[in-house]
Amino acid sequence: MSMFLGSNLRKSWTLHIGVIILLFALQFILPAYHHGNLARIMVLACYAMGYNILFGYTGLLSLGHALFFAAGMYGMSLTVQHLGWSAGPALLAGLAAGFAVALAIGLLALRTAGVAFMIVTLMFAQAGYLAALYFGEYTRGDEGFVIQQSFRQLAGVNLADPTNRYFAALALFAICVVVSLRVVQAGFGRVLVAIRENEERTRMLGYDIHRHKLAAVVLSGTMSAAAGAAYGLLFGYAGATFASVQYSIFPLLWVLLGGAGTILGPFVGTLFMFYLIDLSSELTTAYMLIAGFALVMLTLFAPQGLVGELRRRALRWLP
Amino acid sequence: MTLLSTRGLSRNFGGLKAVDNVDFDLPAGEVRALIGPNGAGKTTFVGMLSGRIPASAGTVSFDGRDVTMMPAHRRIRAGMAYTFQITSVFSRLPVAENVALALRWRTGDDLAATDRQVAEALDRVGIADRADQLAGDLSYGHQRLLEIAMGLSQQPRLLILDEPTQGLADSEIVDFVALIRGLAGDMTILLIEHNINVVMQTADAITVLNFGSVLASGTPSEIRNNAAVQAAYLGTG
Repeated sequence: MSMFLGSNLRKSWTLHIGVIILLFALQFILPAYHHGNLARIMVLACYAMGYNILFGYTGLLSLGHALFFAAGMYGMSLTVQHLGWSAGPALLAGLAAGFAVALAIGLLALRTAGVAFMIVTLMFAQAGYLAALYFGEYTRGDEGFVIQQSFRQLAGVNLADPTNRYFAALALFAICVVVSLRVVQAGFGRVLVAIRENEERTRMLGYDIHRHKLAAVVLSGTMSAAAGAAYGLLFGYAGATFASVQYSIFPLLWVLLGGAGTILGPFVGTLFMFYLIDLSSELTTAYMLIAGFALVMLTLFAPQGLVGELRRRALRWLP
Repeated sequence: MTLLSTRGLSRNFGGLKAVDNVDFDLPAGEVRALIGPNGAGKTTFVGMLSGRIPASAGTVSFDGRDVTMMPAHRRIRAGMAYTFQITSVFSRLPVAENVALALRWRTGDDLAATDRQVAEALDRVGIADRADQLAGDLSYGHQRLLEIAMGLSQQPRLLILDEPTQGLADSEIVDFVALIRGLAGDMTILLIEHNINVVMQTADAITVLNFGSVLASGTPSEIRNNAAVQAAYLGTG
């Protein structure tokens, strides 16, 4: 029963901590342009990891995660902008906003399943987007607002500085990886996978499906909100675009490309997609055509995503 | 002592009375077979016992408590186990993980106890050597055995088996009968079964359902000689 032996556990911790160390080392090597990109990618990968808990592990496809990302971003930025809060409490406000919104949406949306769940989450997110536009007096709508450098200080560290920003992004990324790993290895995460695989059977093994799904929505939403709050703080901008439907689709794409139901898939998917668009836009203005073609090819030939395919072919122990 | 009983238990689907006013008592420690022609309401009846299907009327009590309104997952934790008629294992998960899921809510974070009990359950049904395989890669017969291992591993007081021998080869049925005989005494078993030989070899008592009602109840020999049962199965001409 190698499944339960320590060796897989050790291997997976070694791999993931290794990736974090590698990212740490890259900060000293990378040229400024890629350095900045990678900081952005790590924060967005946290968003994707949050999404993956619900989609990849629990099997619930949400089309409204931008609502959670934006709840974190606005929870943080509005308290800074209008209440003059400092970065620490503002980040917590972002997390709290994400938690509250996820709990409320979870309680309502989980009354549905399948396609209805997708539509209900999409509609709630659209309502959130429209609310951000409606309260333009505070949010400045699509135009958004810049968070002044003087507010972007956490425990005396200036987060506007590229090096500090990189390390802050890496710290958040490391936290999300560790949380995800712990969840997946714990009994709770195993039940989420069981729900994804066969909900009725899981119920008849003595598990409260609704409570587990709700916990998954809340965890997923809060992690997405953490990414949203950090993104606003690190890059100094909050705008309604981040609440729009495309920001609900992005994490789905990243997770699908990287590998749903894998810990590193969301990061790999985000990295891949970011540079796919970046590189193809250097070649042509029709860069979305190239990006789209690559996506279609990947979906055809690696339907489980890059990391998912790696797991299937070589590393069955990958969490 | 009565472990499980129902009073006036009924379920309608539209105008159809799938189960109609059933009074049923199952003493602790008994192996009871539930038989009846196709469409007699057997699966609906045990669905109401386990909480998968809500009752239209009547009550279910388990271990002295009224569980009629209790959700399925809490009935399972109260000591019922249910194996599905249509094989319903987690086909993309390893065999061992299938069983671990069935018992982890009892063993919690005790990994050693989980491992040991998983091994015991698989050993009991004879598929311990396949623990690492994906459940979906098992043969049909082995998947049925895995279902039973998942039920056993919960250490239930009541094990409900819905047509466990359906689709098994004759040799596998022989093993299954031996398994049920070995379990008798450890737990109360409610067995829905079409194979009358299996019923006669394992059951202490038999309840016959027909058109959603109890047609007869008694020992195997009483049921065998019951004219109404013969008529229901063979037709009255």
